[in-house]
Amino acid sequence: MSHPVSHGSVARRSIATPVLLGLLLVAFALVALAAGSKPFNQTIIDIFLKVIFVVGLWVFVGNSGVISFGHIAFAGLGGYVAAWTTIKPMMKGLSMPGLPDWLMQTEIPYWASAGLAAGWAALWALIFGSVLMRLSGIAASIATFAMLAMVNSIYSNWDSVTAATSSVVGIPIIRSIWPYLIAALIAVFAAWAYGISRHGLALRAARDEPTAAAASGVDIPRARLIAFVISGAIMGMGGALYAHSIGIVTPDTFYLGLTFITLSMLVVGGMGSLSGAVLGVLILSTLIQTLRWLEAGVEIGTTTFALPGGVQEIGLGVVMILILMFRPAGIMGNRDLSLPARAASETKGLQSPKT
Amino acid sequence: MGSLLQVIFDALSLGSLYALGALGIALIFGVMRLVNFAHGDVIAASVFALLWPSVDAVAIIFAGNLPWFLLIPFVLAIGAGLSVASEAVVFRRFRRTNPATMMIASFALGFVIRYFLLMLFSSRPKSISLLPSLSQPVEILGARIPLLQIITIAVTMVVLFGLTAFLRRTRFGLEMRAAAENFTMARMLGVRANRVIMGAFALSGALAAAIALILGSQTGTANIMMGANVMLMAFIATVIGGMGSLAGAVLAGFLLGAIATVMQVILPPDARAFRDAFVYGAVILVLIFRPQGLLSARGTRERV
Repeated sequence: MSHPVSHGSVARRSIATPVLLGLLLVAFALVALAAGSKPFNQTIIDIFLKVIFVVGLWVFVGNSGVISFGHIAFAGLGGYVAAWTTIKPMMKGLSMPGLPDWLMQTEIPYWASAGLAAGWAALWALIFGSVLMRLSGIAASIATFAMLAMVNSIYSNWDSVTAATSSVVGIPIIRSIWPYLIAALIAVFAAWAYGISRHGLALRAARDEPTAAAASGVDIPRARLIAFVISGAIMGMGGALYAHSIGIVTPDTFYLGLTFITLSMLVVGGMGSLSGAVLGVLILSTLIQTLRWLEAGVEIGTTTFALPGGVQEIGLGVVMILILMFRPAGIMGNRDLSLPARAASETKGLQSPKT
Repeated sequence: MGSLLQVIFDALSLGSLYALGALGIALIFGVMRLVNFAHGDVIAASVFALLWPSVDAVAIIFAGNLPWFLLIPFVLAIGAGLSVASEAVVFRRFRRTNPATMMIASFALGFVIRYFLLMLFSSRPKSISLLPSLSQPVEILGARIPLLQIITIAVTMVVLFGLTAFLRRTRFGLEMRAAAENFTMARMLGVRANRVIMGAFALSGALAAAIALILGSQTGTANIMMGANVMLMAFIATVIGGMGSLAGAVLAGFLLGAIATVMQVILPPDARAFRDAFVYGAVILVLIFRPQGLLSARGTRERV
């Protein structure tokens, strides 16, 4: 597994996937640039942020097979790092007077705050993960839910450093789409690199055949922990950028709503593959935009036809249940996007020794 | 003395809520390995069944005007009905899938129910007066205990003993326990799967409705998120108690209630807002030492 030659060939064989996904994202960015309207720009930024979250979630959930309801907590940790480090010191003093002095005086650019957020979230992923990864699958899932609630409860009540449930305003808003595109590309390539690393392969072996993997010397809790920390870092980065995209954070921004949307994107796309994670975001974002548009009201002739509020979430939930019922492996199944010619030669290469 | 008694009653009544919730989740987990994330939303839906749909701030009481001896069975029936319907419409199709898939499906179903309530009733909490005669305090040994607390504890005890007798003494209960232990084997020995699973869902839904009645009369409000907190604690109780163990779930529910109440008393006032965070922290500590839970059920242990 750790043999450099074989590892290199895995990388060469699978590099098409992140490259294709990256090109898809770049294409979205160019469309946004061509359209040039402000709300559309914001929509594209939102899609890139969801890509970061869902890819971050996939690094753990997809590779380990353990569902996590708690990853949005890491995004929340990251979002508050952005609030702590990028708001002007004067404004911070008003909304969060309890911050230590050195943090109060800190004012760093958004990209540095995103990096710091990734590190902070990774640290907490390491702390929580070293306990949670000892649990079996289902129990671990529920415990991640408890982790989410715990983080939410702390951030909703610690008013001197998080302003409790009121919004923290004054985070510099970044309106250009490029930083979000770059971050989404970083997330996709990091997820791919992890997936083909020895740790990623070991974890997937443990997901599919736990007994055989353990017997082959895979330390399952440790393999899960590595994935948990990496995915926590990606979520933290995404959370900080999310804060920069809207300029405010509240604890409930990073709670059940976002958890539900990111999980449904992962499930609909297919949690078995990185392509599934990215395509799930693109497909469901389109659906959500359509439902939002219908909720806002469409004029047909002289009458305005509008769906009542809440239909968007109900629609998402129903789609998610139907996909789970009829295509439990998601739209992508467990396949990844790859170049057709390459895939064909690969199959041939596998078959030829037999004939 | 009085204040100690007060603490004991607080702990028992909070623990009762958690235990009833944990029981509802463990019953379904036992027969079909489903972690039912929609449970909390069944609780909320049972309360809203008392109101007439409207997005106005003032609640229009509808079924809530029934006399108590009709109101209680009505709410229980709504909870059981909704729960059975969710089995028939959604979960039945997931029997053969793995637990993780079912869990996400239930999460999605919970969202559908919650936003359906939001569509009908809006997200604003509404004040209702449900069984108002229960909020008067009673004096016991110098402590003023709300009558509702005593009734909550008494009802929980009755439910627990009733359920134990039902599971141990009746044929249906025996079938249910057999199904929880080894579903395939039980089916081969003539246990009718659909009946047992339907029964578990009906019982679980009725338990959710019982929680809804207690919460509704305790807080005097109906809120689409009202089931979320109890459900989370109930989940944690099932994990601590050992997944699939009914006794473990009940025990852990009471334990969580006791921890939360004691924390409320001993924590300094500044830290009281973080009570739940401390409880979750305590849970994580328990799991370090007993990752399989306090009482782990046979047949649910993962072998690797």
